[in-house]
Amino acid sequence: MSVQAASRTTPIDRAVAALLAPTRRAGGSPLAVALLTVGTAALALAIVAGLVGLVGGSPGSVLSSMIDGSVGSASSISTTLMEATPLLLVAVGTCVASRAGVFNIGQEGQMLIGAALGAFVGLRTQGPPELVSTLALLCAALGGAAWAALAAVMRYRRGVDVVVSTLLLIFIAEQLVSFLVSRPSLLQETRIPGQIVAQQSDALAPAYRLPALGEHPGLTVGVGTFIALGLAVVMAGLLARSRWGFRIRMLGHNPLAARHAGVREAAYGTVALAISGAFAGLAGGVVLTGQVYRLQPGMSDNYGWDGLLVALVARDRPLAAVVTALAFGGLRAGGGLLASTGVPAYLVDITQALLVIAFVLPPALLALWHAHASRRRGRAAAAASARAAASGAAA
Amino acid sequence: MILDDGATVLSSAVRLAVPLGFAACGEYLAERAGTMNISVEAMMITGAFTAVASASATGSASLGLLVGTAAGLLVGLIHGNASHRLAVNTFVVGLALNVLALGLTSFFNASTELTGHQVAQVSIPVLRDIPLVGEPLFVQRWPVYLLLLVVPLTWYLVERTRFGLELRAVGENPQGADVTGIHVNLRRRQALLYCGTLSGLGGAHLAVGAVGSFNDNMTAGRGFLVIAAVIFGAWRLRGTLVGVALFGLADALRLALPAVGLTLNSQLLIAAPYLLALLAMVLVVRRTRQPAALGKPFTRGIV
Repeated sequence: MSVQAASRTTPIDRAVAALLAPTRRAGGSPLAVALLTVGTAALALAIVAGLVGLVGGSPGSVLSSMIDGSVGSASSISTTLMEATPLLLVAVGTCVASRAGVFNIGQEGQMLIGAALGAFVGLRTQGPPELVSTLALLCAALGGAAWAALAAVMRYRRGVDVVVSTLLLIFIAEQLVSFLVSRPSLLQETRIPGQIVAQQSDALAPAYRLPALGEHPGLTVGVGTFIALGLAVVMAGLLARSRWGFRIRMLGHNPLAARHAGVREAAYGTVALAISGAFAGLAGGVVLTGQVYRLQPGMSDNYGWDGLLVALVARDRPLAAVVTALAFGGLRAGGGLLASTGVPAYLVDITQALLVIAFVLPPALLALWHAHASRRRGRAAAAASARAAASGAAA
Repeated sequence: MILDDGATVLSSAVRLAVPLGFAACGEYLAERAGTMNISVEAMMITGAFTAVASASATGSASLGLLVGTAAGLLVGLIHGNASHRLAVNTFVVGLALNVLALGLTSFFNASTELTGHQVAQVSIPVLRDIPLVGEPLFVQRWPVYLLLLVVPLTWYLVERTRFGLELRAVGENPQGADVTGIHVNLRRRQALLYCGTLSGLGGAHLAVGAVGSFNDNMTAGRGFLVIAAVIFGAWRLRGTLVGVALFGLADALRLALPAVGLTLNSQLLIAAPYLLALLAMVLVVRRTRQPAALGKPFTRGIV
């Protein structure tokens, strides 16, 4: 039987899946992981409260202003949703790549390239508003995908590690965007006599901005939020139920087994990486057309890095990423009100990092504990059999 | 006149390259052991902040340098235990540590008043009068000359000791090293301690040596530049140091050129180190010198 035949038969796929199933348990039972995670997350929040106390703030007033800023009123809920949208988009893309075993950490750069392409379309084309903004978002996604695909080409043609190449490409993207917005012939804003030109593009025409539902002081939900939610559900379904998603997961679990079952590593890996880049680029497009309206070098505002953290906390599941993105979006929104309590807003970054650590440690801790326990059992068994042999010899 | 400008640019290149040089020696050794830690940035910023904070508390910049170095070691200890005892993905640990360290240092910087301190300047007579290179090389803050110890030490450790041989074995073939009785994860943790110490020293030197104060995010991605230098140097110490020197020079040129009246694309100069590192990887990786097990966690068993 040839490998090509194997790639079309699903029974083999199923057999490989059965073989792979036990390896998932390496980190202990789901219940133990969940319980331990509650403990570590509580510890993380306790550390945050301790930090607040250390600089003379009151944890109670910090908590209440965080709640005010994130869910306290209709407008703060709107802010939370707006902050959560790019985080969710980045995170869902990251889930796809990570599930395929490709670790993309360059979302920050992919976002910027996406936003730059979106800005070109939004500022340089005329047409029906819906068409232009859709085209801008599509091009943003394409831009992000292309930037990530660069890393894929380097990986599968030249063997360059994806983590390193995506990381380095961030800094190149930052400089590229800052170059684009500092050249009047490219994207820099039009000079108005008597005013200083900043390093940013012109604002998008109001008609080409992404519409929002709801009135401004009340609850406003941008169209981008619906796009992000819809895509999260679609990707969760594709990953869990489609043959394509199955192969992606197989590649991530065990590349060797996947190759033997006929999954072309380069093709699937490239697609996974490009999808993750496309999501990051789309996030850039949504921030551009729905939030900032101008291309600015700092507009990615750590959404790329934070979205990556969201995916880590969600352990690479798109639906869990929805909840996590909302929580992180709430933290970012609530951080805006922290200044009034006298506690530096950097507390938000600290909280996010500690939460990530709290979520990635438990499976590793349990795995270590299991390894120790089984080694202890093995040693006890060896000692017992040695004793038995010794007493047998004495008799 | 040209000589004066040249000396100014070279001076600032040395000032900018030395913090990178310390960290690059550490990162080089860590990568030879097969551990890829993007937490260099965290180590450097932690070293920078704790150096200024303790210098401000005690009034001694040299003590600050020591504390900053120890703080970097602590970050290395955390990273090592998380990724080479607990087997959490090393990039995840690095990412979390980077965000945490940047957050914590900015947090404490915003909530305390720090006074600036700077270590003493050394000016070596006679040698400093050499045209062009005299002032850049022989009139510097004293920790700069520590690099003259650190570079040979790193080379000696990696190339001439049993420890270094085991490190390289662990980086190339952890399974094989394990079978011969080398404690793979212990060696990697030790490599990370070395990296943490030197990156902490690099950050501390940046703060209390080169600049004299602390600003939020003052390392500004220098940790990533260090990683780029190791890659650019194709995982050899000499190449890494050439990379560090080039990157320092590019940075110095970017700062100095406008004053001289020359215009060179500043974005290109900032991006140059990363472009060079990527190019080096694309062009060189085939006849690869990259440690075969770089970034792959080690667990005993069949792979």
